[in-house]
Amino acid sequence: MFYFIAKRTVISFFIMFAATTLMYFLTISSGDPFEDLGETSGPEKAAIVAARTAALNLDQPPLMRYLLWLQEVGYCIVPGGVQCTLGTDRVGNAVLPQLENAIGSTFRLVIVATVVALFLGVLVGIVTALRQYSTFDYSVTFIAFVLFSLPLFWLSTLLKQYVAIDLNTWLANPQLSYLAIAGFGLVAGLIWSVVIGGDRRRRLTVFGTAAIATSVTLFVLLVTDWFINPALGPIGILVASAAVALGWVALLAGFRRRRITYAALATAAAGYVGYLATAPLMTDPNWLIVLALLVTTILVSLAVGTIVGGPYAGQARRISVVVGVSIGLLVVADRMLQAYPTLSAKAGGRPIPTTGSESVNLAGNFWVINLDYALHLLLPTMALTLISFATYTRYTRASQLDVMNQDYIRTARAKGLSERTVLVKHAFRNAMIPITTLMAFDFAGVLGGAVITETVFGWNGMGKMFVDAIGNVDPAPVMAFFIVVGSAAVLFNMLADIAYAFLDPRITLS
Amino acid sequence: MDKHTNSDSRARLELAERNLQTQDTEISTSGPTLDQVDQARNSGAGSAPRNTEAKSQGRLIRERFFHHRGALAGMALLALIIILAFSSIGFAGIPGWWDKEYDVLADRFNEGKPTLSLWPFSLGEHPFGQDVLGRDYFALTMRGIQTSLIIAFIVGMVGTAIGTLIGAVAGYFRGWTEAVLMRFTDVVITIPTLVIAAVMAGIVARSGIIPFAVFLGLISWTGLARIVRGEFLSLREKEFVESAKSVGAKSARIIVRHILPNTVGVIIVSATLAISGAILLETALSFLGLGVKAPDTSLGKAINDNRSALTTRPWLFLWPGVFIVAIALAVNFIGDGLRDAFDPKQTRVKQ
Repeated sequence: MFYFIAKRTVISFFIMFAATTLMYFLTISSGDPFEDLGETSGPEKAAIVAARTAALNLDQPPLMRYLLWLQEVGYCIVPGGVQCTLGTDRVGNAVLPQLENAIGSTFRLVIVATVVALFLGVLVGIVTALRQYSTFDYSVTFIAFVLFSLPLFWLSTLLKQYVAIDLNTWLANPQLSYLAIAGFGLVAGLIWSVVIGGDRRRRLTVFGTAAIATSVTLFVLLVTDWFINPALGPIGILVASAAVALGWVALLAGFRRRRITYAALATAAAGYVGYLATAPLMTDPNWLIVLALLVTTILVSLAVGTIVGGPYAGQARRISVVVGVSIGLLVVADRMLQAYPTLSAKAGGRPIPTTGSESVNLAGNFWVINLDYALHLLLPTMALTLISFATYTRYTRASQLDVMNQDYIRTARAKGLSERTVLVKHAFRNAMIPITTLMAFDFAGVLGGAVITETVFGWNGMGKMFVDAIGNVDPAPVMAFFIVVGSAAVLFNMLADIAYAFLDPRITLS
Repeated sequence: MDKHTNSDSRARLELAERNLQTQDTEISTSGPTLDQVDQARNSGAGSAPRNTEAKSQGRLIRERFFHHRGALAGMALLALIIILAFSSIGFAGIPGWWDKEYDVLADRFNEGKPTLSLWPFSLGEHPFGQDVLGRDYFALTMRGIQTSLIIAFIVGMVGTAIGTLIGAVAGYFRGWTEAVLMRFTDVVITIPTLVIAAVMAGIVARSGIIPFAVFLGLISWTGLARIVRGEFLSLREKEFVESAKSVGAKSARIIVRHILPNTVGVIIVSATLAISGAILLETALSFLGLGVKAPDTSLGKAINDNRSALTTRPWLFLWPGVFIVAIALAVNFIGDGLRDAFDPKQTRVKQ
């Protein structure tokens, strides 16, 4: 394993080297760096030409320019006296500070979009495969195809133009007619009944339960002004913790082994106590405190799993950690929601922003600032997620269907394993093998897509830096963008290969 | 079997392979088909034994494809769009039935609003309205569809051919071949398609749409190559490959006859995605101002040219977008139908 990683790192270095060479020469040959000067003449033009020639080393032949650029990159890799700048743009400013400004917002966008798309895509993909040829399958297939077929910037512009404006108007005065509430209930009931399936009677039961539950929840939320002052609150967290614990046990272990259920519930209880105990600490934390609390949560969960799990300590530990971290996320979500009224008031009652990656000069505590990030992320993430989601759903579905027809699944069923074990342990892991490659590939695609999304939503991220520099035939910012994107792609490819070998023992790393 | 022992090795190889193939399909077919059930019932009832007509592989695939409703709808939609686009304004000098040109400026009629009405159906003077300069938007959109379709199909074909070849060779031969090909793929995949396209598209687009399309094809094969390689890595360890090797089949034969048919689903899915992806890539490049250049026009360029008019003249934004979505959707559905038709492992009986 170590040998593999070392080898791949060296290879990756050379791949990056080859790719930067390719990129550099493509960039400098992609146009005329003086094109924007056009017809202008006189001393100003001469001065700009001279300055630009000096900044871009245009008096040197292309190969020399590339070597000079490599030298700049070398300063960043090899520690030495010379300052690391990643070269200068055509005005003569260092690129590295610009990159540092731009990188945060872009990565926030891309990572959130990838995680959301992966989670939803895999989930929906598996459900459609298990309910093959059901109404749900056909509907999701159709939706996925429509999403595939949407141009990203068209979708982004539509989201910005219509969804954001309507949602903001609604959030200013969150009211729904009884008819609309009933409508949402019916839709939820329909979705659940086709997801769960079964015979007609079971479908009707599910439909009724889901429709009524959704309508009542929505009604209660509206009556209690939840959309104006949203939060889970201590009771919400308690209920949600127990539900999360039971949900994970049902999914990962089943209820046959009591000790595991007890371990998960004990972790949930410990998490709830922790939530109450750390409440003063969490009113205005910083990342260090949040991180420390996360580590504590994991350690406590491991301990609870070991003590309560008894003979199944290994499995209990894993489930406890999952439950513990989930409850941590719930608490974070709760805090973010509590910050919503403050932020909404600051945004003048229109909380969903359509431009920029963060509010300028926003003063507030940790939660207000992070909620601000989250709300700015909402629309661009939606646009990026919808398109990746379609890819993940289709590939997961195909892969899961393929696996479900394999002999080892028949064997697993034949020896009497429960359907849950067959699906989670035997089918799911194998179905995920092609998804690892897809993920590595998709991540780079999403980074590319971020270029479009950033342009539409007016983010000052890496995408804008790249597009501007391409237009100016300015190689240093283009290459800085590429170093980040390329390194991410190389890293993800390596991780995909490791994951491949880890998931499929027939493939060896060497 | 015995009577074959004296024939030449070539025939034996064929037979052995055919047996392997039938075994493969038999294992993967989950239950008896309706025909088999009928046959069994008929013979059980004592009626005269009936010979079932033999069906070739191609015919089976065709039958399965033409039973896929989504694919048929997709085919119909795509055919309609193609006929509409190519017959309305004509192509390559052949005139069409629509009397307006996409590049002629005219006075704006009724503020350039669309005159299309569905009930009662009438096209009116300018069915899709007019753009800011007064050009007929219907003709412009049709011209855009033609360009976008041509680009998309060329990209799809070039990309799929290269991707399959590289992926198959790398996955099957492993060793040095794989190392070189996959490192090369890694170099190209490191650069996101949109990024490499954005860098070069500005230059290539100037020399016309065909070089532009071939260029896009040359950079959009990497994903497929990796996926095909992944499939090959797994399939080459399977027993049927082992058996084919043991009866002396050559590498090319194993790749083409034994492994490739098992990956056809993945390739077809990717090829259709590549075609619809190409339309979207072209749109995205046009959005960044790097796509098709005037005097050519494409759906992406049409949207981009009228981006600022979204609030005042939404139809300029709407029509090309609707056709992009419709074309991509149709192609995707056809791909889905093809995959179901080709894939021998997919259960065809509804559950």
